[in-house]
Amino acid sequence: MNAKANFTDAAKTALENPTLRSNFRSAMDSLRERRAAQFPDEAELDGARDLASAIRSRALNSLSDNLVELEKNCLANGIQVHWAETTAEANQIILDICQRHDAKHVIKGKSMVSEECHLNDFLAQHDIEALESDLGEYIVQIDGETPSHIIMPAIHKNKKEIAELFAEKIPGVEYTEDVDTLTAIARKVLRHKFESAAVGISGVNFAVAETGTLCLVENEGNGRMTTTVPPVHIAITGIEKVVPKLSDIAPLYSVLTRSATGQHATTYFNLISSPRREGERDGPQEVHLVLLDNGRSKIYNDEQMRETLKCIRCGACMNHCPVYTRIGGHAYGTVYPGPIGQILNPQQYGIDQAGEMLSACSLNGACGEACPVRIPIPSLISELRHEATRNDQQGRVYGQGALRKLHEAVVWGSWKWIHQNPTAYRLMGFAATRLRKWVPDSAMGPWTRTRVKPALAPKTLHEMMKERGE
Amino acid sequence: MRSIYYFGTCLVDLFYPSAGLSGIKLLEQANCRVIYPHEQSCCGQPPFNSGFRDEARAVAIEQLKLFQEPHDLVVPSGSCAGMIKHHWVELLAGSEYESAARELAARTYELGEYLVDHLHVQLEDKGQPTTIVLHTSCSARREMGVAAQGKALLAQLANVTVEVPAYETECCGFGGTFSVKQPEISAAMAQDKTTHIAATGADQFVCGDSGCLMNLSGTLEKRGIQLDSSHLYDFIWERVQ
Repeated sequence: MNAKANFTDAAKTALENPTLRSNFRSAMDSLRERRAAQFPDEAELDGARDLASAIRSRALNSLSDNLVELEKNCLANGIQVHWAETTAEANQIILDICQRHDAKHVIKGKSMVSEECHLNDFLAQHDIEALESDLGEYIVQIDGETPSHIIMPAIHKNKKEIAELFAEKIPGVEYTEDVDTLTAIARKVLRHKFESAAVGISGVNFAVAETGTLCLVENEGNGRMTTTVPPVHIAITGIEKVVPKLSDIAPLYSVLTRSATGQHATTYFNLISSPRREGERDGPQEVHLVLLDNGRSKIYNDEQMRETLKCIRCGACMNHCPVYTRIGGHAYGTVYPGPIGQILNPQQYGIDQAGEMLSACSLNGACGEACPVRIPIPSLISELRHEATRNDQQGRVYGQGALRKLHEAVVWGSWKWIHQNPTAYRLMGFAATRLRKWVPDSAMGPWTRTRVKPALAPKTLHEMMKERGE
Repeated sequence: MRSIYYFGTCLVDLFYPSAGLSGIKLLEQANCRVIYPHEQSCCGQPPFNSGFRDEARAVAIEQLKLFQEPHDLVVPSGSCAGMIKHHWVELLAGSEYESAARELAARTYELGEYLVDHLHVQLEDKGQPTTIVLHTSCSARREMGVAAQGKALLAQLANVTVEVPAYETECCGFGGTFSVKQPEISAAMAQDKTTHIAATGADQFVCGDSGCLMNLSGTLEKRGIQLDSSHLYDFIWERVQ
């Protein structure tokens, strides 16, 4: 976590990269169009969002009961359950399992929670190679990068960049921009790894308490391979992903796939309910579930902030965000970029560490409008800006008050005095309009670098109304 | 004759007072008696959006006191109307002013919304044929849900053709203090928005929210794009003369 000083600089660098700008613009445009095509009926969209939002709220309101029930039913199904308060604990749990099975390499399905843990680096430090099997994750991994989008990890790269990367990094591969050929190359590499991996690691989209079932949504079949071919499957997820009922899944799945990739349904939907049972011919011998907290309980304890945890990780907020569309995911410097990242990261890591990105929002509301579970993201960003600048220590969010700057406090203090005092306000208006020609460009700060200075009127509306005798 | 309150907003007061007056004249033409309390200043949105809620609250309370009679409150700005309608309630929740804030919120309207939905105005266009491009603020569109009403007003003007820019619903990059705290990101958004506006080939650019107008007209001029910019309510008032 070093987003503190870097966000604004990284955003500037990203803005100056025309290839990156155009890659994101075209990718986000296409994702938005595909989503819109899935929701032709506004009333149906509203109803689907209401339902999904209610399911997530209800699931969160009984979170502790759901987690207890989930553990009980997973254990009954033969799934071993592990609890991790921190990412270090989660990593250690996974390492212990890998070492017990003498794993030299593991294969991974897509998991943002494992990114939170920096699991690949941790395993590498213990001489275990973790290979990503999702095509996008594989691309960013061989380039030594992190995902720039939560569902489209390599969306910042265009076809040409991927072609160059494959030719450079994969032995024996010649440069080609043919997408099918590129996919076939990755597939060939990955197939061998599936055969020899001792452990498969995946994420979880939803965990069902009443049945002890882990749901995995994917398009490439790599998720199914990861969770069925190696003898051991470890699933890792955040504690907020549990829902009470199996019947909760269909409405959530429906808004997830339509909001995320604009698909009516994904190619694969996996329901994992146990290790291989007697008489079954395939499946892992062991299934483990690692439930990670990593700051989630702290968020949960505040009723308003709890809304953050309703997220089903569809990425629609970033697809609709005009800031994300221009700077891309890496500029945020955190695992979760875009609007959801702007509310999640400062709460998980503290405003002092990850609060800078709170300023990168025009409060235009596009993310809130797109969110399938109705998280009020703009309101929460505004609320976190308040937490970032208030100077009374109430401990609601880590790093409270960390972004309070004296000069800003003085500006708003003076602003308050003037705007509370009608005479002072009218005098200020009179003076500003009369002295308008002498207001230097520099008074507008960075505004006038890219804009002509706005013209103050010769006299205020207050004066005009007074002249009218009103 | 119905009496209504008018909240001019600080940006209109200092930068676009003629648009504020045009709005008042449109209301008067629709048989309203407009009450303009002279103690009004600002809705408090700038400090509110910057996290300085105590300062915003102090000013909101003073402003709230100016609109105690049960008249409707009309605001020539989607974002300031949104602040009063939605965020004053949030700011004053749990205080002695909460019920007054809720009561005022229920009778607060954006000007275009009020002219169309409540006064059912019928405009008679007396201007020459022209083509314009309209930008609707995100607060008018998403917070107030009144994007359609601005368009409906323009649709009444027989000689005005309204062009729709690409990425119509995308933010222009103003965002109040956002444009100062993240000037490069804001500028990139304004750059794209002005490109799409110019690409329509319209004769004039029109916008009903002062912040977006200031951002976009300033960017158009800096880029040397020859396109006249007008506040929506000035534009409409001039056409009906």
